[in-house]
Amino acid sequence: MMKVSARQWFRQGHPWVWLNAGAVAISMTMVFGLLGFIAVKGVSHFWPKSLVEFDYTTPEGKVEPILGEFLDRETVSAERLRQTHVALASKVEFVERVQVKVGNRDVTGRDFRWVLNDYITAPRYPEQATVFERREWGNFYGYPIGILENGQPIPASPEDVWPMLSERLARALALHDSIRTIEVSEIGRVNYEIEKWRLKRKAHELNHTYTAERQAEFAAQQARFDTEYKTLQAQLRTLYQEIKRDALVVETVDGQQKVLEVGRLVRAYQPNNMSGWAKALLYVERLREFVFDEPREANTEGGVFPAIFGTVTMVMVMSIIVTPFGVVAAIYLREYATQGPLTRAIRIAVNNLAGVPSIVYGVFGLGFFVYAIGGSIDQVFYQESLPSPMFGTPGLLWAALTLALLTVPVVIVATEEGLARIPRAVREGSLALGATKAETLWRVVLPMASPAIMTGLILAIARAAGEVAPLMLVGVVKLAPNLPMDFNAPFIHLERKFMHLGFHIYDVGFQSPNVEAARPLVYATAFLLVAVIAVLNLSAVMVRNRLRERYKSLEH
Amino acid sequence: MNMQTIDRRDAAPQAEAPEWTQDMSNPGEGHRLGDGHSIDVSRIRESNILDIDDETLAMSVENLCLFYGDKQALKNVNLKIAEHRVTAFIGPSGCGKSTLLRCFNRMNDLVDGVSISGEIRQHGRNIFDRHVDVTELRRKVGMVFQKPNPFPKSIYENVAYGLRILGINRKRVIDERVEWALRAAALWDEVKDRLNEHALGLSGGQQQRLVIARCIAVEPQVLLLDEPASALDPISTLKIEELINELKSSFTIVIVTHNMQQAARVSDYTAFMYMGNLVEFGDTRTMFTNPKMKQTEDYITGRYG
Repeated sequence: MMKVSARQWFRQGHPWVWLNAGAVAISMTMVFGLLGFIAVKGVSHFWPKSLVEFDYTTPEGKVEPILGEFLDRETVSAERLRQTHVALASKVEFVERVQVKVGNRDVTGRDFRWVLNDYITAPRYPEQATVFERREWGNFYGYPIGILENGQPIPASPEDVWPMLSERLARALALHDSIRTIEVSEIGRVNYEIEKWRLKRKAHELNHTYTAERQAEFAAQQARFDTEYKTLQAQLRTLYQEIKRDALVVETVDGQQKVLEVGRLVRAYQPNNMSGWAKALLYVERLREFVFDEPREANTEGGVFPAIFGTVTMVMVMSIIVTPFGVVAAIYLREYATQGPLTRAIRIAVNNLAGVPSIVYGVFGLGFFVYAIGGSIDQVFYQESLPSPMFGTPGLLWAALTLALLTVPVVIVATEEGLARIPRAVREGSLALGATKAETLWRVVLPMASPAIMTGLILAIARAAGEVAPLMLVGVVKLAPNLPMDFNAPFIHLERKFMHLGFHIYDVGFQSPNVEAARPLVYATAFLLVAVIAVLNLSAVMVRNRLRERYKSLEH
Repeated sequence: MNMQTIDRRDAAPQAEAPEWTQDMSNPGEGHRLGDGHSIDVSRIRESNILDIDDETLAMSVENLCLFYGDKQALKNVNLKIAEHRVTAFIGPSGCGKSTLLRCFNRMNDLVDGVSISGEIRQHGRNIFDRHVDVTELRRKVGMVFQKPNPFPKSIYENVAYGLRILGINRKRVIDERVEWALRAAALWDEVKDRLNEHALGLSGGQQQRLVIARCIAVEPQVLLLDEPASALDPISTLKIEELINELKSSFTIVIVTHNMQQAARVSDYTAFMYMGNLVEFGDTRTMFTNPKMKQTEDYITGRYG
């Protein structure tokens, strides 16, 4: 067998190959590790966990029953715990502790507890243990023991309580949906109309055209709105009465009784009593809620749909702005401008623009777009709505414009490269047929450069969708009351503030009142953000590949 | 001069086509150096010797000088292009023949740092005149390049391109013209069933004929061919040459070629250029059998170039 000497091994460049392969391997591990980590952490959160009941002997010797979900375990040094006044035997060096989600924040004042593993006795999984997801105060863990209708207990055996609850919960959820529809859609529409008419009236007043005739017209309109509003209010009152009918008596694990309004529950389930299939269904339902519903409880519960919608809309609007702008600029630079020191300087400036920290763009966007341009628009076109601004305040349009500015260098550079790669022969072919330069550009060169333009757009989307810092200044909010699109004309409201997944992560993770409870949502939202960007990118890549196929360049 | 005369004269070379085919299959033969000419003059068209002074002129070049920056590429060229004839430019690489060709439709305007003095007259008008519409000129003086350069569109759209530029949008008109142009370029039978397929799916020779079809679809008066067959295989070259013979009844053709056999086969007049100078110009047959200048003889017998 031939042996390769070390010297030869080096000379043949093997160390390089290994080094390169190693770098690739490390990069791949990091990327997939990151994605895997947030995916597992985020997506597993929605799987219904078993409820464990156990007796906990505190180190002080007190015994108390605890009901909750095991979330996490870790080993800590006993010394550290002793400093927080936990009485531990002096010879113990390390202890294992378990994080339990105990819920019932309104009863005990805290959602989570760390318990020492050694002091847990008699863990059990009672079938009747129930998770109640509430609209307020987080989860409640306990046992349903009775049902109240209009405050009066309904006689029922303990086994009947659960089926009755399911039935009544379904009714309450349907009622809740009707209430939401009226509150958001119907009343929202009326409010929108009222505001429109108010602005109209104010405009007339400003122009001194608010004649008696108009006054009558406006008064009639106002009366119509009032009636409509009153009808809706009456409907709402009835619905609220209805939804308040049922209440549920529950018992916590330590025997306290509590009354929960059924109308304030989102769902109830008994994880220890569920088959795998039922759990899977619940899992899907909770995932659906996360992706398609609105947030609750200061964003720590519920879904992130407005944030997804805001992110996607913002990226779309940004793309619509940045593509023509960047392409036109690139065409001028590459095709029309005289190539000289000035164009070189412009090119350098454009490239450097890509290196400016994004928060600087945010500051610029706020100062220039929002206050200068938006303010002027308000002065000229929305005089009647002042002092409350229409466009002179952060909003979707300004956020999209700011990000367009941030990403335009990428589009310019990519388009220029695409234009430079088009064979001279093809341009000459067109020119020799009597086409003008503009016709050649429009009919031959631009279509052929379209894959490159798409590449630029893909890079722009990738950058814009992940950007958070500038958005906080120019339009993103913690909680937007309305989506930037709805059924009130003109349907797309670019002046509205919007929610964004990136900001949502920051907000939920660091600004929410219950950080511990929100942590899984941080992972889930991060995963979703990556997924959304991936989908946006992939669709752009697909468009590009189709264009490439159609305009495959001459192979010479 | 009327069309009948031209057609009769042109009948002869077409009849010889099979012989060329045999010749093309053995391309080495033509380049053999030997005593006398490497070109078999018996295969040159058997018509009478042509005289440029008897012809209707399509274009005439007068005192044309062209500079790329400081470098002079064309030195005081004077030349006449006869209507409905094929004029070939031959000469070694870098002699300025392509540059001269590109003057006829002002493609040199696209090159930075080009300056031109002298005139090219078309129907008595100088094409370098400020009032000449370049796009109009290029429509009348079409050009086919060395490498086939179809647009990345369908075959149909390639041919229709020039028509659409002209503002012709009626489908029926375009259909007719596309078919006419493809027939004229001897491509129709090969592509009629796949007009909507991508033009880049055609072979090199087909692409070049497609480009010719695209060019003649707008009915130019003059066709400039810049080494149209140099990137093609012998069979495709043959087809292009046949095509040139057919097209000259309708168009004035100017062709640049490296291949002297090709010049001998297809052209009526030949211009030999060397280092930016027009060394000799005249009837092709005379030029290849009895060149006036020593330089020309040396070149066509293969002593240099």
